Amino acid sequence: MGDYILLAISCILVNNILLAQYLGNCPFLGTSKKMETAVGMAMAVVFVLVMAGVITWLLEAYVLKAFGLEYLRTIGFILVIASLVQFVEMFLKKSVPALYRGLGIFLPLITTNCAVMGVCLINIKEEYTFMQALVASFSYAFGFGLALILFAGVRERIILARVPKPMQDTAIGLVTAGMLSLAFFAFKGMV
Amino acid sequence: MAKTLTQEFVKGLWEEIPPFRLVLGLCPTLAVTKSVENGIGMGVATAFVLVFSNILVSALRKIIPAKVRIACFIIVIATFVTVVELLMQAFTYPLFLKLGIFIPLIVVNCILLGRAEAFASKNGVLASAADGLGIGIGFTLALGALGSLREILGSGTFFGKAVFGPAFQPFSFMVEAPGAFVCLGLMLCLMNLAGKK
Repeated sequence: MGDYILLAISCILVNNILLAQYLGNCPFLGTSKKMETAVGMAMAVVFVLVMAGVITWLLEAYVLKAFGLEYLRTIGFILVIASLVQFVEMFLKKSVPALYRGLGIFLPLITTNCAVMGVCLINIKEEYTFMQALVASFSYAFGFGLALILFAGVRERIILARVPKPMQDTAIGLVTAGMLSLAFFAFKGMV
Repeated sequence: MAKTLTQEFVKGLWEEIPPFRLVLGLCPTLAVTKSVENGIGMGVATAFVLVFSNILVSALRKIIPAKVRIACFIIVIATFVTVVELLMQAFTYPLFLKLGIFIPLIVVNCILLGRAEAFASKNGVLASAADGLGIGIGFTLALGALGSLREILGSGTFFGKAVFGPAFQPFSFMVEAPGAFVCLGLMLCLMNLAGKK
């Protein structure tokens, strides 16, 4: 049990997917201008990432490894993620319309979110067991949401500040992300 | 025709150079530019996939049904990424190990899907190849520039060779994660200053 808690903490804070592993930065900058969109994106990522992590782990263990098809991993994983996103979208639309409206346009965007694909690949690379992969997927997704929401909070403040013209928008966003990343960097000393 | 082909090619080098003008494909940009070698290796791999996926998407643009086009584009891209992955494993193994999971992650680089959707699915094969080559080379240049900056300041080397004397204290902030964000932000600011119309 202790191992799982340690794994979770390291995935959420120390190896934060956005700020330490540089994955999923496009939606990080794209959806962090408003708190609402940030929360929507964070929820959608948690939802999809956990499912994708579990399914790709099973695919790797029972199909690709079993038949010696590891070289098809890239194609296999992206197909699983793309169809999973499509399926989740249809399922939510039919059975949980409230959640569907909440997640809205963020669901289809997740297909090209490299955080999802990245975590699936990390799970395989680190040779996690099924339970570890499940914990890691959830923690990475949680870390993504945490960083995204914190960043959106900071960015809402920046709108009020007077930023020099060439620094506006993405440039100041990246520098701010650097500062936030520096803060998360401190957790490296913890483990 | 020749002139327009050149135009398609040149626009990727300055007007639409990713990731500065088109803010896409940030993850590999930030992650692999710890050194020039990694940056350029990643840029060339991406450019290769971009050219071939653009050609194939453009050649198939009349056959692919509009409704499932995104899925088709992704499969085309994933195929070429697998090709690059296997080639790099065979010929440049040390670089393959350094870039790690970022090679399979070319699949989800938004530049590729973005070009397939915005350009290759609407234009002819030659124009698409020129567009892919231009954007690909632009991306390589950008990664090379960012990689040089970070490697020279962060570890005091360029292509692994020391540039400063032994007294140089490496500015290790630059090669860590926070430095990547700040560096890219400042470069973007410089690009904005230089290119304001």
